[in-house]
Amino acid sequence: MALEGKVVGRNVRKVDGLALACGRPKFTLDLDLPGALVGKILRSPYAHARILRIDTSRAEAVPGVACILHHGNVDRVPYTTAGQGWPEPSPYDNFLFDRKVRFVGDRVAAVAAETEEAAREALRLIEVDYEVLPAVLSPEEALAAGAPAIHDEDDAEGIYDAQHNIAAAVDIPVGDIERGFAESDVIVEASCEIPYSQHVALEPHCVIAYFDEDGRLVLRTSTQVPFHVRRIVARVVGLPMEKIRVVKPRIGGGFGSKQEVILEPVAAALALRAGRPVVMALDRAEVFTATRTRHPMRVRVKLGAKKDGTLHAIEMEALSNTGAYGAHSLTVLSNTGSKTLPLYNKAPHLWFHGKAVYTNLPVAGAYRGYGATQGYFALEVAMDMLAERLGMDPIELRLVNHIRAGETSPIFEKIGEGREGKPQTVKSCALEECLRVGAEKIGWREKRARRRREGSWAYGVGMSVSMQGSGITGIDMAAATIMMNENGSFRLLVGATDIGTGSDTVLAQIAAEVLGVPVERISVYSSDTDFTPFDTGAYASSTTYVSGMAVLRAARKVREAILEVAAGMLAEPPEDLELAEERVTSKKTGKSVTLSEVGHRATYVVDQRHIIASASFVPEESPPPFAAFFCEVAVDTETGVVRVERFVAAADCGVAIHPKLAAGQLEGAIVQGIGHALSEELLFSEKGRCTNANLFDYRIPSALDVPALEVVLVDSEEPSGPLGAKSIAEVGINGPLPAISNAIYHAVGVRLTRAPFTPARVLAALRG
Amino acid sequence: MSINFRLNGREVEVDVPPGRRLLNLLREDLGLTGTKEGCGEGECGACTVLVDGRPRLACLTAAIQVEGKEVLTVEGLSAGGKLHPMQEALIKAAGVQCGFCTPGFVMAAYALLSENPHPTRQEVREFLSGNLCRCTGYEGIVEAVLLAAKYLRGDPSRVTPDGKTP
Repeated sequence: MALEGKVVGRNVRKVDGLALACGRPKFTLDLDLPGALVGKILRSPYAHARILRIDTSRAEAVPGVACILHHGNVDRVPYTTAGQGWPEPSPYDNFLFDRKVRFVGDRVAAVAAETEEAAREALRLIEVDYEVLPAVLSPEEALAAGAPAIHDEDDAEGIYDAQHNIAAAVDIPVGDIERGFAESDVIVEASCEIPYSQHVALEPHCVIAYFDEDGRLVLRTSTQVPFHVRRIVARVVGLPMEKIRVVKPRIGGGFGSKQEVILEPVAAALALRAGRPVVMALDRAEVFTATRTRHPMRVRVKLGAKKDGTLHAIEMEALSNTGAYGAHSLTVLSNTGSKTLPLYNKAPHLWFHGKAVYTNLPVAGAYRGYGATQGYFALEVAMDMLAERLGMDPIELRLVNHIRAGETSPIFEKIGEGREGKPQTVKSCALEECLRVGAEKIGWREKRARRRREGSWAYGVGMSVSMQGSGITGIDMAAATIMMNENGSFRLLVGATDIGTGSDTVLAQIAAEVLGVPVERISVYSSDTDFTPFDTGAYASSTTYVSGMAVLRAARKVREAILEVAAGMLAEPPEDLELAEERVTSKKTGKSVTLSEVGHRATYVVDQRHIIASASFVPEESPPPFAAFFCEVAVDTETGVVRVERFVAAADCGVAIHPKLAAGQLEGAIVQGIGHALSEELLFSEKGRCTNANLFDYRIPSALDVPALEVVLVDSEEPSGPLGAKSIAEVGINGPLPAISNAIYHAVGVRLTRAPFTPARVLAALRG
Repeated sequence: MSINFRLNGREVEVDVPPGRRLLNLLREDLGLTGTKEGCGEGECGACTVLVDGRPRLACLTAAIQVEGKEVLTVEGLSAGGKLHPMQEALIKAAGVQCGFCTPGFVMAAYALLSENPHPTRQEVREFLSGNLCRCTGYEGIVEAVLLAAKYLRGDPSRVTPDGKTP
């Protein structure tokens, strides 16, 4: 362990663990608001249609209906649902309600009524005449000559080429790619595809909109981005920002799906129109079809290498399906290259290019991994192919090529968050050690050398590596306020958004470490736009690193203020004093005062002041966490069933502030990745209707489906991070798809390049 | 119609319309919001409660079906102000991330440990396979159940139908 902290690096009790284990009312819908209306949404039955007429008169006559909103009676404001920094990199191609619907499940109207039954009855009675338009159900159709334009409205903003259904495009050349391939001894190419998959946070999207004593609008909502919710809702409903308060209670998981501002503007508009509180909760089918998904993507990777395995040229081409709206279309696409290509920084010739296109299918958005997952699938399968062509061990090929501490990649500067990035030198990288530890634990050498076969079952091992980032360079901003109570305890106020990750605990640990107190002496209050400072939110693996730095800075300021007061009490200069174990002690005389004595003196006695400080942090770099993944699979050559028998991951997240929570992030991400690899795919009818929008037909892993899973956090220290830390939340999801595909290849000699690797696909591949 | 049942050790009498789900009765009428709704179709297990000691999905159970029965929810486990060993173990083993699935897992694990105080890792996985978690990857939860089994074996007096120390 790089840092032997009193608090940091230890598995302290999760600050919200007790309440959550007891099921105390903490989530959005656990609040009972008397007199609240129920809000429900009427959704399009067609993938692509124009609304010719909408008649709500029969619906409005239903007893208990308070109001009905649709395109005819709300302001038309173009906006994006993607909760990102400002200026927003996603196109403004959404409207609260539009004259056109663009996927099955798109919003047509919304009702607020006294009861759920009345709201449902009203939805049934809204009459809508549609002109059904030809639907575009794949990226290829979207790009075909003469394809119908999905966004033909003239007031959308920021679409790359609306006429040709291209939401976003990137083209990043480095060096001379053609020369690079011409100079290469070996060239391989892989094309891998990820379908529609959904986050399946256990808590469906929900929000309560109500008014406080002063008539301000309060949104209690299940979000990852409270401050972006405030900004976007203000824009859509036309309220000044200061008239809106967004409160984030406990959140039942997000994984990116709640980085989208989907329900909040609807609930706000209904509440404002009705002048009453409104509760909205999506059902599971709506979560699947009408929130957000991972961007389905086909990524083609072409690698050119020298005989010794050194990569010389890498081309990556991505075709991303952003669905009916362009949420995160540019930035997910950019990330497909920017979070993958720097890992192999030896190649001087690079070309990353791609498009994100509209289709009349559900809307893609942010999902853990954020394009990198799609990129690594193709990149790491291609690396496996390259290793085979070169006759090299796949681990050796990674060791020859991966980035090391002290090194850089031109990609850091070329690709940023929807614009240019910033140059960056990697300061910590323990990937070599991750590879060594992981290989040893899985028994790589023996299992790789000797393929096992038992009856129809063939066994194989495969591996992959990945990196991610820690926040968004130059864009993310987090702030923290720490105030001392007179008894020597503290309040930590952060805009950072704990969505179940444990960030409230991690941030409290950082503060506690600096302030010389146990975590129990710190009360954390997070994510309330009225009462906590700003934070861009819980996404891009940012919270520990970016918000953690803000907390660290604020804690250091408070520490200084404490030492100053104590210096007066002990009649010694602050530099001779140290703060530990809830006391300020003189290093010279050994005399000490307690934090409680310091607090009482400052609050009530001499030179009175509140010991309080705020600090902000904007990252100048985004240090990548690294991970190596190893798995053993069994493939039934008769049925095509793939079983993941063992999965080992070793990761470098810098100093793990809370090792168990960090390991939990890695485990959870890997199991989601295994789901992507083996079972998860949203299916659609030929008319674009999702046919498996439930948890029976869309299978996420259960406890029975999880293999023997071992994760190791490898020691490392990130000099730019809070007490040595960098991120861990996303990096784990990039590994399973390629590692499992590569293991299947080792077992049975066929490459699975289309996820998920269902028995039908495996059998088809086996039968060539 | 009016129904009578025991809820977390106390007699209750409530009026419910015939179609009301046990989940709505608990969350909305009785204010016990620990039981969660994750899917409303019996697939996720977040609404698991015990009815006469057996795990039941409150989203698929009509309120009138619990007439005369004993219902235990997560609130009932720590009603005496003392955590049930399963709750202690979940906190200890970092089996809680977002916590939304946690009450369902607590109740399912409680039922498992009541009938099988010595479960193997595989038995835990099998018994809990009807409860979904998307955050933890299940490692922390399975560890917690095994740990709770150990706690309970160390102190058999803690195993009582209502989870309270006698």
